[in-house]
Amino acid sequence: MILVTVGTQLGFDRLISAIDALAPNLPAPVVAQVGSGSYVPKYMEARALIAPADFEDLARASQMIVGHAGTGTILMAARFEKPLVMLPRQASLGEHRNDHQIATANAFATRAGVFVAWDVQDLDGAIMKALRYVGMGESQTSARSQLLESIGKFLDRWCE
Amino acid sequence: MKVLEAYLKGKRVSILAASSGGGHWEELMLLKPAFEGRQVHYVTTDSKIAEYHGVYSASVVIDCNQNQPLKSIVCLIMAIRVILKVRPEVVISTGAAPGFFCIFAGRLLGARTLWIDSFANGEELSMCGRLSKSVAHECWTQWDHLSLGTRPAYRGSIL
Repeated sequence: MILVTVGTQLGFDRLISAIDALAPNLPAPVVAQVGSGSYVPKYMEARALIAPADFEDLARASQMIVGHAGTGTILMAARFEKPLVMLPRQASLGEHRNDHQIATANAFATRAGVFVAWDVQDLDGAIMKALRYVGMGESQTSARSQLLESIGKFLDRWCE
Repeated sequence: MKVLEAYLKGKRVSILAASSGGGHWEELMLLKPAFEGRQVHYVTTDSKIAEYHGVYSASVVIDCNQNQPLKSIVCLIMAIRVILKVRPEVVISTGAAPGFFCIFAGRLLGARTLWIDSFANGEELSMCGRLSKSVAHECWTQWDHLSLGTRPAYRGSIL
């Protein structure tokens, strides 16, 4: 099952309509959280809002996640160790206040298990790469080890 | 004042870990391994989120942001009450405003405080992060290019 999310604030019709068009030919069923978007999907299960507990169950059960380039989405994919395809929102299309999602997508484009679709035409290819991707193991980055260690030192110093 | 000081020096929970629901909470959960072996009490804005992560020692405060002065006052009062009840040695927060109020209350009531600005703030420190430069004992950013020596300092990042 492929999980699609547009985040908790705004709809993202461009992404949802593109995935809907691809859905009949994808090798897995698609479930989409569409937020306040106005496009009504025909080929995939869609819900405006999904309760946190249910959403976590879906994420855990999914093979991969498709979403906007939001840090919440990236964190969720990392937590459940699922390959992630991101389509950044663009300010010029009225999808967001500014282009920081493009900056975010740039920052994560080369990360293992993350696949950026810069345009809707790239979605199909990115999804295929994500479905074939293996190696989402619990590989903790050195940056996270550093942060955890720094917190540990702080606690060692200030806790009895 | 002396009575309060004596009260504060009594036995305390080690860590109060505070964060709003959503992405801030996700981050805090990823930091849990650092709390291993210590007594932790959590503060968040949604009790369901706490339960779902298997966190049972949690208090809930009202959610608020910088544009909601009345809610913010209520949130601060709730934070002070939690700190008085729990008496942590240390308060850690990943944001947002409710987490900041726990840092503020912790600072007032004798805890050592650490603000870790959210990973989502990759272009500039959040507003509460800027306030934490003066209010918290330690203020960290998760982006090296945003660090300014020790305030905020770069000490690693969750991703």
